[in-house]
Amino acid sequence: MFGAGGGTVSYKEIEETDVILLWGSNAREAHPIFFHHLMQGLQNGARMYAVDPRRTSSAKFADLWLGLELGSDVALANTVANYIVNNDLHNKAFIEHSTSGFDAYVDSLAEYTLERGEELTGVPAAAIAEMARTYATAETAQILWTLGITEHHNAVDNVLALCNLALLTGHVGRWGSGLVPLRGQNNVQGGGDMGALPNKLPGFQNVSDPDHRAKFEAVYGRPIPPEEGLHLTLMFEAMERGEITAAYVIGENPADSEADIAHARKLLRGLDLLVVQDIFLTRTAELADVVLPASVGWAECEGTVTSSERRVQRVRAAVPPPGLARHDQDILRDLAHAMGYVEWGNPSSEDLWEELRSLSPMHGGMTYARLESESGLQWPCPDLDHPGSPFLHGWLWEDDLGGRAGAPFSPVVAQGPKEELTEEFPLRLTTGRALDSYNTGVQSGSMESPIRYGNALDMNPADADRLQLSDGETVKVTSPRGTVDMPIRIQPDIPVGLTFTTFHFPELVDTNLLTNDAWDKRSGTAEFKAAAIRVDKLVGAAS
Amino acid sequence: MTIAEVPQTETMVTLTIDGAAVTVPEGSTVLDACSAAGIDTPTLCYAENLTPVNACRVCVVEQEGSRTLVPSCSRQAEPDMEIKTDTERVRHSRKMVLEFLGSGVDLSQADQLHGWMDHYGAEPDRYGSDAIRINEDVKIQDSLYIRDYDKCVLCYKCVEACGDDAQMTFAIAVSGRGFDARISTEFDVTLPDSACVYCGNCVGVCPTGAIQFKTEYDLREADDWRPEEQSVTQTVCSYCGVGCNLELHVQDEKIVKVTSPADHSVTHGHLCIKGRFGWTYVQPTIERRP
Amino acid sequence: MTDLHLTSDRANAAEAAAIDAAIAQCGVDPVLTHEGDRLIRGGLHRANERRHALLPALHALHNTSGWISHGGVNHIAEKLGVPPAEGYGVASFYEMFRMDDPGHTDDVVHVCVDGACQIAGADGVIVSLEAEGTKVHRSPCLGQCERAPAMFVQGNQGRDDRVDADSQMADAAKVIPQQGEPQLQLLRRMGVTDPTSLDDYVAYGGYSALTRAFEMGADAILDEMETAGLKGRGGAAFPTAFKWRGVKAAEGDTKWIVVNADESEPGTFKDRHLMELDPFSIVEAATIAGFVTGAQKGYVYIRGEYPLATERLQNAIDTARTRGFLGSSIAGSSLGFELEIRRGAGAYICGEETALFESLEGFRGEPRQKPPFPTTHGLFKQPTAINNPETLVNVLGIVLNGGEAFAQIGTKDSTGPRLFCLSGHVVNPGLYEVPFGVTLGDLIDMAGGPVGDLRTVLLGGAAGSFVGTDALTMPLTFEDTRAAGASLGSGVVKLFNTDTNFTAVVQRIAEFFRNESCGQCVPCRVGVVRQHELLIRTAGRSLNGERALLDDMDLVMKDSSICGLGHTASTAVRSAIDLGLIGA
Repeated sequence: MFGAGGGTVSYKEIEETDVILLWGSNAREAHPIFFHHLMQGLQNGARMYAVDPRRTSSAKFADLWLGLELGSDVALANTVANYIVNNDLHNKAFIEHSTSGFDAYVDSLAEYTLERGEELTGVPAAAIAEMARTYATAETAQILWTLGITEHHNAVDNVLALCNLALLTGHVGRWGSGLVPLRGQNNVQGGGDMGALPNKLPGFQNVSDPDHRAKFEAVYGRPIPPEEGLHLTLMFEAMERGEITAAYVIGENPADSEADIAHARKLLRGLDLLVVQDIFLTRTAELADVVLPASVGWAECEGTVTSSERRVQRVRAAVPPPGLARHDQDILRDLAHAMGYVEWGNPSSEDLWEELRSLSPMHGGMTYARLESESGLQWPCPDLDHPGSPFLHGWLWEDDLGGRAGAPFSPVVAQGPKEELTEEFPLRLTTGRALDSYNTGVQSGSMESPIRYGNALDMNPADADRLQLSDGETVKVTSPRGTVDMPIRIQPDIPVGLTFTTFHFPELVDTNLLTNDAWDKRSGTAEFKAAAIRVDKLVGAAS
Repeated sequence: MTIAEVPQTETMVTLTIDGAAVTVPEGSTVLDACSAAGIDTPTLCYAENLTPVNACRVCVVEQEGSRTLVPSCSRQAEPDMEIKTDTERVRHSRKMVLEFLGSGVDLSQADQLHGWMDHYGAEPDRYGSDAIRINEDVKIQDSLYIRDYDKCVLCYKCVEACGDDAQMTFAIAVSGRGFDARISTEFDVTLPDSACVYCGNCVGVCPTGAIQFKTEYDLREADDWRPEEQSVTQTVCSYCGVGCNLELHVQDEKIVKVTSPADHSVTHGHLCIKGRFGWTYVQPTIERRP
Repeated sequence: MTDLHLTSDRANAAEAAAIDAAIAQCGVDPVLTHEGDRLIRGGLHRANERRHALLPALHALHNTSGWISHGGVNHIAEKLGVPPAEGYGVASFYEMFRMDDPGHTDDVVHVCVDGACQIAGADGVIVSLEAEGTKVHRSPCLGQCERAPAMFVQGNQGRDDRVDADSQMADAAKVIPQQGEPQLQLLRRMGVTDPTSLDDYVAYGGYSALTRAFEMGADAILDEMETAGLKGRGGAAFPTAFKWRGVKAAEGDTKWIVVNADESEPGTFKDRHLMELDPFSIVEAATIAGFVTGAQKGYVYIRGEYPLATERLQNAIDTARTRGFLGSSIAGSSLGFELEIRRGAGAYICGEETALFESLEGFRGEPRQKPPFPTTHGLFKQPTAINNPETLVNVLGIVLNGGEAFAQIGTKDSTGPRLFCLSGHVVNPGLYEVPFGVTLGDLIDMAGGPVGDLRTVLLGGAAGSFVGTDALTMPLTFEDTRAAGASLGSGVVKLFNTDTNFTAVVQRIAEFFRNESCGQCVPCRVGVVRQHELLIRTAGRSLNGERALLDDMDLVMKDSSICGLGHTASTAVRSAIDLGLIGA
């Protein structure tokens, strides 16, 4: 958002905010401890609107649940914006001083009247108006989202549409107000911060910027290619074209987690060389030519991770790794040595961190000692005296923007899911997480959970009735890409026409055989959240 | 326009404790003030990450002008308050509370109380052999927890952690009344049948071992629980991106339980089922490596 | 509602209908409102706002099925957003709620086993009722000590709870010998007016105080009340004017009047008579309280075992509303005031004001630590004036006749009239109004004297103390009783003659506290049990060394319990020992 990618607020702020828009996030199950902070906010009087196709356990805490049509997020956001502008509820002083592109943005909103919004989203106009008014007139307000926003073919549009709302109302850059993308993995924020993005060097410095590169080249003693790299989805496309013939996969399980996995597995098998470095023999590792056993990052290694509130925290080794498993950084070092790069030496985790501090300005003040004594620090923390930053973009509220152009509005156009419903595939399928499980289950699978119900297809009672299905019955679920058998779970909390499942148990149900690999060119994220399916009784089953 | 600052207000309050002036931030409790003055106070139902319920009364102190003793854990420190922490009345009440508890409850694992019971001379046996006790059997209903209400002092901590103060799941509540009051699910259904989501936050706050991780219970039953040999390493949970701090308790190079620091701004000591129990893959019963 | 988890049990149709009706009667709609397939209003805030309907919903469920069924709790959870474990925890707090399936559909007869009823042969009554096949529940004091042994019938299958109303009206003249005497403040309308008739009430001076109150204004009323020196009649004897001033001055838009009619102190039945025979006076006085403090709404919390009082007061409230004495514009003024009744469900502790708030709010009736006090943090943590019915009715006279006239009655430090509840070994047990300062002996004489040789009087109820015959000359005032180490409490004067089995009587008092302790704080939860055990252990013999143990327990309960129940749980027992009634 307007520069470095990270949530703009601290968890503490949601305890003190007035209005919460929880948009495409089931934080109650996917981010349970963040939800503690959110519930504290509710107890302190915050009003909450939950925007989600499903009435999730999170949505049940909301004053109002708006069950929009799957994938109509931009339409809803634009309708909210249009209502705010039309009713003169926007923050004119903030817009004038701190943003750019307002007029074009307003023009882009014209078609999103309340009536049109209701038509596109399925949410009654009065509710859209209520949410818009409450958000716009709040003293402080936050918009939170997770993969319900980003696992769509138009993910970036979705995010921009929400950012626009914050700019329109001035709900960013101040204590209590902000934009909160909740991170799904313990270090997805840190990975980005460290430059594990195709276009970034550590600290969100641009690969394409010669000055940025020069700083790193001076320390590394090697030139850095100026071209931006490929993100995961593009890599698979490059494999398809035969441009990528070798892959070194560290701690990822694309053979289970990619959308349309049948296709993904085929491409992985077709590589000349596949090296997998992981703590488990995953399905991806099973396809590998070489497997490098790694130790567990958070319990067997030293290092840092970064959370959704940009808090850099230490991880520490508590137990020895089993057998021949080794720390990722040691494997990489030996590999470097073997390739002749002996200058790498034998740095400790802290040595590596010190180098990072010297190169990434936003981490400059974060020594291991401070991370220890201050329970982590939130970036940017440029120097040793800096206390870290609870929220971002405070500069938008300064009298002098220091020559910077304001934050830009980004007009976006509503598009539904790529895969339209047809007579053959008349039901929507969306996916998500359950409280006691995680992603493809390689970590959570070994935990005994008394509340685990396994993989099931959640379905509205009316749909189940229509299809003459009973609770727990195993059915055949088919998308244009594949077919799986799974039991159904009749759930009144899911609207008619929508179905839901998790993808935690690939060994039982290959959910991602069904999901759509249509992806967003800018984020590289596939549309896990919206596929078209049909559900049939199993052949031979009594009708 | 100006930058909206992070709100920070700190007015100070000065009161007298055992004759000495103590200055603490406004909003502090008498217990906070006692700690600031270096005075050790026994507590049981108090925890820094929970709202004080002031039910156990072991932290009572004498306040000038108050007819009764006051619970230091919940009484706000006020200017010019005069507090005494070691009078005959205070010692008597603390002794009696500990003695009462010991007379009906199994305090064998309430380690924090043993020293105080000696200190105040509690004699739990003086209520005779007929003194009624809690007398509850251990409930083992799943693979993650055990509940041994024979050890329950009804401090309400588990109820608060399950409810308003953290998890808002409300799987357990206090039921019944008086000496017969118990922590219970609705109609005493088993935990797996209840609303429980196995966050373990009740276990995390239990001061007496009445709710326990099954891992710890099994080791204790095998007489192999050796806390003095355990290391505790602080790290960050491996699951979602919230960044919860974990304390890994390790015995014989094996994780035996997971807690979280109560004073950490992310968790306030509370975790979810994945953070609390999701570590098993680090030391699975089957070989992890290829 | 939050993300509640329910077991698969479902309410039957009758249960669901009764619960829904009870919730609606509280002015509450269900927590979830479906505004279309894709729009649901709900959430934490709406659940919190509806929680106060929990106790009425539990009453409705119990009245339908004779127990708190699992499906019923789930239905309540769905409608109010109350977690089932909490619904269960709250229900199990109350004596009147059975938590397991009784396996029958009969009504249950509650027979009082406390004090006056104990010595009047309650045990024998229970034996004969059970022999007839009647379902009996041994109950703590039912507030009908003047006609011991007392009974109360709890309805099942939708049948009403009831007491023997007919005989109650018939013997009113007997148990309130002074009723209708015009010079009295509190009993003068009793037996004279029809308690169901607002016209009758008005004809006998009713609502003239409210008219006068509007003329005077709040500050003048408070001044008169201060001059009057009115102190609370519930037991704590706190100056009423001080309390109301606090509420008036407290910050907050929403303030509350609560009438504490959870009259549960064993031996007390005065407020029941006020509600049964002069209910409009309580409605009028509560309205004045609202006017003075700025509260726009009030609750009357009546103990569950008072069905006739509830019925009469409900009628008075409904009639007053119909006639414009309650509602948005009272008696043509700009004052708005509403009054609603909530029934307790059998918990002595709910007479403690903060426990009452918790109960009314839909939580377990566990007292709160004070401070903060109800004047700033009362019902729903908002400023609240909470008063006993007798206290409130006294305000009417003060408004009409001035504080000075009121202060003329009684003594300097104990002003006004006082109701006393005489029971036990007395010739004419009943309700008496006397000015403060009458001696205990004179009061007993008014009631025809003792039956048999008087041995002791229990003054102030189970939380009070036994006094010997030397106290007969003691003036009944706050100051004189305090000087004697006793208290008037709620006006209980229970006589015991020399034939009494004091071992049983005192053990029963100890058992009462053991049963009624809420269990929240350790000193009381364990102390009342150990005290009862000690009395059983030492029955019929000298206490010897155990007296020191009793004193140790008494001191920690007095010093460190949260509320008055623990503070007073040993008082009667210790006074009995001091008087030589037991342990000699």
